[in-house]
Amino acid sequence: MGSADLVGADAPERPRRPRWAVWGERALETIIRLSGVSAIIFVLAIFFFVFREAAPVLFNGHFNILQFLFSTAWYPTSESNIRYGTFALTLGSFSVTALAMALAVPFGLGAAIYISEFSGPKQKETLKVIIELLAAIPSVVWGFIGLTIMNKIIVAVTGAPVGVNLLNGGIILALMSVPIIVSIGEDALKAVPDSYREAALAIGTTKWQLIYRVLFPAAKNGLLAAVLLGVGRAVGETMAVLMATGHAVQIPHGVLDSVRTLTANIAAELGEAAAGSDHYRVLFLTGVLLFCITFAVNLTADFVIRGVRRK
Amino acid sequence: MPLPSKTIEIEDLRLAYGVKEVLHGISFDIFRHEIFAVIGPAQSGKTSLLRCLNRTIDFTPNATVNGSIKVDGQDIRRGDIYSLRRKIGMVAPLPVGLPMSIYDNVAFAPRCAGLSQKSRLDDLVEKCLRQAALWDEVKERLLSLGTALSGGQQQRLTIARALSHQPEILCLDEFSIAIDPVTTMRIEDVLKELKKEITIILVTNLTHQARRLADRTLFLWNGEIVELDRTETVFSNNPGSKKTYDYVNGTFG
Repeated sequence: MGSADLVGADAPERPRRPRWAVWGERALETIIRLSGVSAIIFVLAIFFFVFREAAPVLFNGHFNILQFLFSTAWYPTSESNIRYGTFALTLGSFSVTALAMALAVPFGLGAAIYISEFSGPKQKETLKVIIELLAAIPSVVWGFIGLTIMNKIIVAVTGAPVGVNLLNGGIILALMSVPIIVSIGEDALKAVPDSYREAALAIGTTKWQLIYRVLFPAAKNGLLAAVLLGVGRAVGETMAVLMATGHAVQIPHGVLDSVRTLTANIAAELGEAAAGSDHYRVLFLTGVLLFCITFAVNLTADFVIRGVRRK
Repeated sequence: MPLPSKTIEIEDLRLAYGVKEVLHGISFDIFRHEIFAVIGPAQSGKTSLLRCLNRTIDFTPNATVNGSIKVDGQDIRRGDIYSLRRKIGMVAPLPVGLPMSIYDNVAFAPRCAGLSQKSRLDDLVEKCLRQAALWDEVKERLLSLGTALSGGQQQRLTIARALSHQPEILCLDEFSIAIDPVTTMRIEDVLKELKKEITIILVTNLTHQARRLADRTLFLWNGEIVELDRTETVFSNNPGSKKTYDYVNGTFG
């Protein structure tokens, strides 16, 4: 073995990756890219298909879009004068969501803070498991609770003639949104580095000052996301509000009035509307409206978060 | 020369993480208005010792502290923890800029202590940033994010923050680890200046830094005091212990 061997015809053999590994990596990259882009395709496709079902009614000559958006008269099956006004339904969705958030946000964020900052390790685990369990309860079960238990409680406490109303729906929706707000909010707080906590406490802040002066600013995006996911759940929820809100098309004047939401309306009437009829198409148009509302909420949220970030 | 008064009295301090004892019953005093250096190799308990002083050791769940630490004659476990921590400023080895503006970082502690008057806060922020040799670099952009500063600037920001609650004792744990030598020298000058008003405890791996700054130096090794004496003595050719000589001259082991 002389040195001539090394300098000779071929350089020392370096390990080389097999061909399948190189191609496999490329294939994986393509698949991952497709999965990423697919979200856009799905959103557009859903919008397209829902809109396609709804579109003919827009151009049939006697449909009035202003009446659809701003009239409170929803008489899809009237014999003399069929009217499709969704304003009361939109307002119903808004009021139930607003009430639910008014209850769920303080409660949910409070619970997130408690779990993240105050509870001991064992209690933390227990609480998280139970809250996840709460999130797993099907919405029809929540609706059932609203219809039976909450209904009776509301009648007994407030003396209202019916217990299925805005208040009932708001409470049920709040209970459904809280687990989401808690788990996302807790994640956001957990993501704040411990060094921030130590640094703040080391200069003599109290626990509460730490929370609202350091943790809130540091976790604000995550906490906002938690709240918005809660809003998303509340706006989109169908079955529970269908059962708990009383299903009356009217503008609510108080929390004890019954309401109907956009989602509940679609779920309740789509089965009865003849496929291809005006009624059927208007229900799909309601779906488009709902889509636009959630889109607007998400977009606003995005801008808010961006604004917060820029500042 | 009048006898200097004691500000910290430590007696038989024992600290254990779980079953592993890291400080084996050490006792010493720190005098008012001195720079007190703690040197020693890694794992010798220097940082743990500092964390005992302002009770940030409480954050470590399985740490148990025995013995007594008195600050200005009061046992630190008796008094109010918030006022204790305001009395003792702490600068960590790696800077932690809180996620807020430079101004808010420095104004953080005074605000938490209840100071809300804008003009007094402005003065205080400027004074602390000047003391930490950072004012000239950031005075134009006090409202930009503290976390966007460079590592060395952030370290000086944490020093300014530690000074902002006007502590009587300032603990610096390896403060020069993330800063360049020039800035280190500037801060060392600041410390010499500050010594007139407050007591400074300096934990350092740079023995030369201790030699330059400290009045007295404590050599800690494996949780025990090897030597505590005037800095000249510790760094002289015949300190009290052979081990000290070997350590400061780099022939340890």
